[in-house]
Amino acid sequence: MAIIEVDAVRKTYAGRPVVDGVSFSVDEGEIFGILGPNGAGKTTTVECVEGLRIPDAGTVKVAGLDPVADHDRVTQLLGAQLQESELQAKLTVREALELYSAFYPAPADWRPLAARLGLEEKLTTRFAKLSGGQKQRLFIALALIGDPKVVVLDELTTGLDPRARRDTWKLIEEIRDGGVTVLLVTHFMEEAQRLCDRIAVIDRGKVVALDTPAGLIRRATGSTVISFVPSRALTGPDLTRLTALPGVASVTPPDSEGTLTLHGTDDSVTPFVALLAELGVTARRLRITGTSLDEAFLDLTEQDA
Amino acid sequence: MQTGTTTAPATAPGPSAARRRGPAAAVLIAEARLFLREPGSLFWVFAFPSVLLVILGFVPAFKEAQDDLGGRRVIDLYVPISILLAMITAGVQAMPPVLTAYRERGILRRMSATPVRPSALLAAQILLHGAACLGSALLVTVVGRTAYGVPLPGQPAGYLLALLLSAAAALCLGATICALSRTAKAATAVGSVAYLVMMFTAGVWLPVQAMPDILRRVVEITPFGAASQALEQAASGSWPGWIHLGVLALWTAVTGVAASRMFRWQ
Repeated sequence: MAIIEVDAVRKTYAGRPVVDGVSFSVDEGEIFGILGPNGAGKTTTVECVEGLRIPDAGTVKVAGLDPVADHDRVTQLLGAQLQESELQAKLTVREALELYSAFYPAPADWRPLAARLGLEEKLTTRFAKLSGGQKQRLFIALALIGDPKVVVLDELTTGLDPRARRDTWKLIEEIRDGGVTVLLVTHFMEEAQRLCDRIAVIDRGKVVALDTPAGLIRRATGSTVISFVPSRALTGPDLTRLTALPGVASVTPPDSEGTLTLHGTDDSVTPFVALLAELGVTARRLRITGTSLDEAFLDLTEQDA
Repeated sequence: MQTGTTTAPATAPGPSAARRRGPAAAVLIAEARLFLREPGSLFWVFAFPSVLLVILGFVPAFKEAQDDLGGRRVIDLYVPISILLAMITAGVQAMPPVLTAYRERGILRRMSATPVRPSALLAAQILLHGAACLGSALLVTVVGRTAYGVPLPGQPAGYLLALLLSAAAALCLGATICALSRTAKAATAVGSVAYLVMMFTAGVWLPVQAMPDILRRVVEITPFGAASQALEQAASGSWPGWIHLGVLALWTAVTGVAASRMFRWQ
């Protein structure tokens, strides 16, 4: 069942459409990703969901309610972590948790929440003295403090180091396992691939693809990448035969270390091995990998260019 | 700022008003704690006006009755002036950077994503700065009375009315500065210029009552020139002139409406 429905939403700033007919729906219990390059309209889209912006056209429903007209009820159902927002510099973690608890009619107990987010040691620390990761964890706690059914996390891991980022990913999975639907805005492909059940790729205000991470990767051309260093220099006719292998989309000439790269499909692998045997070439440092969501994403957003 | 939020609590009227009383109180308590963590503001609003009065009292001539002041002493005039100094400091110097920073740093925005309106935060700040003004006024009055025997206001009701109107004018002026400034830095800069002008009109350097006629007539049109006259009249026992109270009320109304119309939430 859909808990968030976004239908043909448009938002224009100074005559420039920032969100241009975006539609998607988020099912209860899933982690739904909104992925796109900077300035694609991701944040504006979720701000319409949070009721912080009024769409010029189209409708948004959260659990059947209008986020602007029913702001009170929607904010009780939906917790938000906003991009680039802060708290009062001298407010301590404990005071922030207590203050935000007071905003909701039936808040979650902030103590276990603080423990779960590793903020117990920091309760008496002022907001300005927290590290980037600690601030983000506090904002996750504040997003969850109203015991919401949905949380919106906007660029949560931007600016975190790789370890803190991975810890945050684990947290997001735990939130979903606790029965909360997550709407995740990100520009990290790895993050979307790891966490999301489904992803809407937004580019220049439009949804250019909406699928599971695996589905998005399959759509991309050249989804299997074969790289190797041939034991002898390959001749022109050899390269032509490589290019002609089933499913091969492109062959990149050797780089400075002599590594050749083929973009193909699963079907390219066996004929490739057979061809090497026939040519009497040994493949050193042979790697066969699936393409990353990164490349699928570039592929998807480039089609539009 | 919503219409008429100069001192009104943040509880919006409507069916959920009863439930909101809790959150508004929580915001007020949190902001009060934060207010007490700003030693700079506390000193300049709370302590400095009294300190100034004490220092001025060291000048022997200021403690002698003067004929051209109707037999009053300069130190007597400086009690209401010091009180006005506290109000100007709170309203245009201390408050605008705080409110502007709340907007600039997305604190108001974060609150918009909760069931509580961010106006609760602004209302709490205005209320706290107003309370600080009145607290400082009380301290100045007590210090003046005990240290230099400055008589208590002869017309207490009129004095209190003038005091409340002055505080409201200072806070509304501060709110207007905040509404007009994009950044906390801009608010500080604009606030500093306004601060100097208002200190002059309030008579901090030269009491309004001692100014030459033409200058005094001009200064009386400004909020703190009018406030200074109203307070001085009430201090010496007569009801403050309606024209002065009217000037103050007009400034309060105009800046209050301007601030609530022009305030940007993000």
